[in-house]
Amino acid sequence: MALPLEFEKPLFELETKINELRTFSQEKGLDFSSEIATLEMKAEELRQKIYRDLTPWQQAQLARHPDRPNTVEYIRLMIQDFFELKGDRLYGDDPAILGGVGRFLGRPVTVIGHVKGKDTKENIYRNFGMPHPEGYRKALRLMRQAAKFNRPIFCFIDTPGAYCGIGAEERGQAEAIARNLFEMAGFPVPIISVIIGEGGSGGALALGVADRVMMMEHAVYSVASPESAASILFKDAGLAPTAAAAMGITAERLKELQLIDRIVPEPSGGAHRNPAGTAKELADAFAAELEQLLSLSKEELVQKRYEKYRNLGLHTIETAQEAF
Amino acid sequence: MKEMDGLWVKCKQCQQIFLVKELEKNLKVCRCGYHYRMTAQERIDSLIDEGTFIEWDKELVTKDPLRFPGYAQKIQKCQSDTSMAEAIVTGQGDIHGIPVAIGAMDSRFIMASMGAVVGEKIVRAAEKALEKGWPLILFSASGGARMQEGVLSLMQMARTSAALTRLSEAGLPFFSVLTDPTTGGVTASFAMLGDLIIAEPAALIGFTGPRVIEQTIRQKLPAGFQRSEFLQKHGMVDIIIERPKMKAQLATLLSLHMPMAGGVND
Ligand SMILES: [Zn+2]
Repeated sequence: MALPLEFEKPLFELETKINELRTFSQEKGLDFSSEIATLEMKAEELRQKIYRDLTPWQQAQLARHPDRPNTVEYIRLMIQDFFELKGDRLYGDDPAILGGVGRFLGRPVTVIGHVKGKDTKENIYRNFGMPHPEGYRKALRLMRQAAKFNRPIFCFIDTPGAYCGIGAEERGQAEAIARNLFEMAGFPVPIISVIIGEGGSGGALALGVADRVMMMEHAVYSVASPESAASILFKDAGLAPTAAAAMGITAERLKELQLIDRIVPEPSGGAHRNPAGTAKELADAFAAELEQLLSLSKEELVQKRYEKYRNLGLHTIETAQEAF
Repeated sequence: MKEMDGLWVKCKQCQQIFLVKELEKNLKVCRCGYHYRMTAQERIDSLIDEGTFIEWDKELVTKDPLRFPGYAQKIQKCQSDTSMAEAIVTGQGDIHGIPVAIGAMDSRFIMASMGAVVGEKIVRAAEKALEKGWPLILFSASGGARMQEGVLSLMQMARTSAALTRLSEAGLPFFSVLTDPTTGGVTASFAMLGDLIIAEPAALIGFTGPRVIEQTIRQKLPAGFQRSEFLQKHGMVDIIIERPKMKAQLATLLSLHMPMAGGVND
């Protein structure tokens, strides 16, 4: 278990106390069950309160929690007969994005997702979930394949952003992302994306042009990380909490702004408290959305996807009264 | 543009001093070849046949959906400084008699970052090109996303790209011209999706800006990194065209992309 986040500390202290009391009562053969019950009630109240009233900045920290289930775990819990398929056929294979083919409720699907590591070693291998152009081009190759074989596409989004470095620029990071956006608009198969942790910038969007965009309850989605937004806008990375609040990065806020389609509930305390239960919720959400999308013809599907993006955010602009 | 204030200008590259008027007469290109940034209006004037330009969606503005601290004031200041409602001018006009849909971004307006208005104007320009059967030409110059519009700004990457998918499916040409600077979400969407990708000389073009890369990798970047010539060498840019030749060469390129009677498909 990783260290608790700052705002989780009172809860973790209480939980530790309950565990100690339980061990103590077992060892000594004493009955503390009513005390334990009282403390557990208190813990549950505290848990409800903490996770109901999270600030956007706290949400961002929870979304980056190292124990949160990642793409690998969701695939293990949701997809059968999964085969990972590697490489972009142009340059290499990028472990920051994983893709492959498997079965969802009996139906073949293509699954693609960013992968953050669970520990330092894996994070170095996965480049902290920050893809190079090869990752996006592998994703595109697999999506084209999905279109060819008429398989729905599921995307799991979990990245701080596309990697920035010399090689990434040389090999066309921008072009790779742009190409995905361009082609995803036209694939004649259902595309469903879910932000499972951190959805950072264009590097996230490159797997996020979809018929349905879902967010896990404690995931965040933003145009730039709160830290970099704060340093750009307020010239002070320390103001990340302010930037997080101002940008509107939480699932609840983005649903309100009509920028995402569905919020997938998480257990109190976050997905990592119950990965299997969370995966079940997520699988149900995929199943419900997929069923709707499968009822459309290919032409309707592509047309509706276009209209969805065509009309997105139109309520936020207007024609000025004054002349320019 | 600070270096253009007043009557005289000292060139950043050759250090020579020139009359601003003289520089402007040469489309803001110094004798040494240095390309100064242009405003959107200057760009349109340099390309479109006189009297043929009709601007579209000139009065479109944001409603500041996030009520982002300081954003409304910033917009207002840019509007009064530039006399533009937003960071891009779009419209129709002729280039040596060939009708096109055209857009030019203006980096004076919050670094021509792409919010919902910029995105919508590009989408409408692409749709208009589709409706009329015209080529689309977009001159980009942008710092990328409009941070103050949050994910809505990010979505403009998807919206503009989707509009270009349709234009492309209809077989209509889209020329993307990259000018200094083109970075971030603009590069990672419509700007990199041209049938032709053209750049002005020595323009900064990239996904991540050079300062952020240097901070991230903690090393100095090589000379010429992320400049037009670097991108061309790495296969990301078709043609580099100097500004004084831009109009004539665009006209020729347009004519090379026109369907011909008795041609392959007619
Ligand atoms: Zn000069």
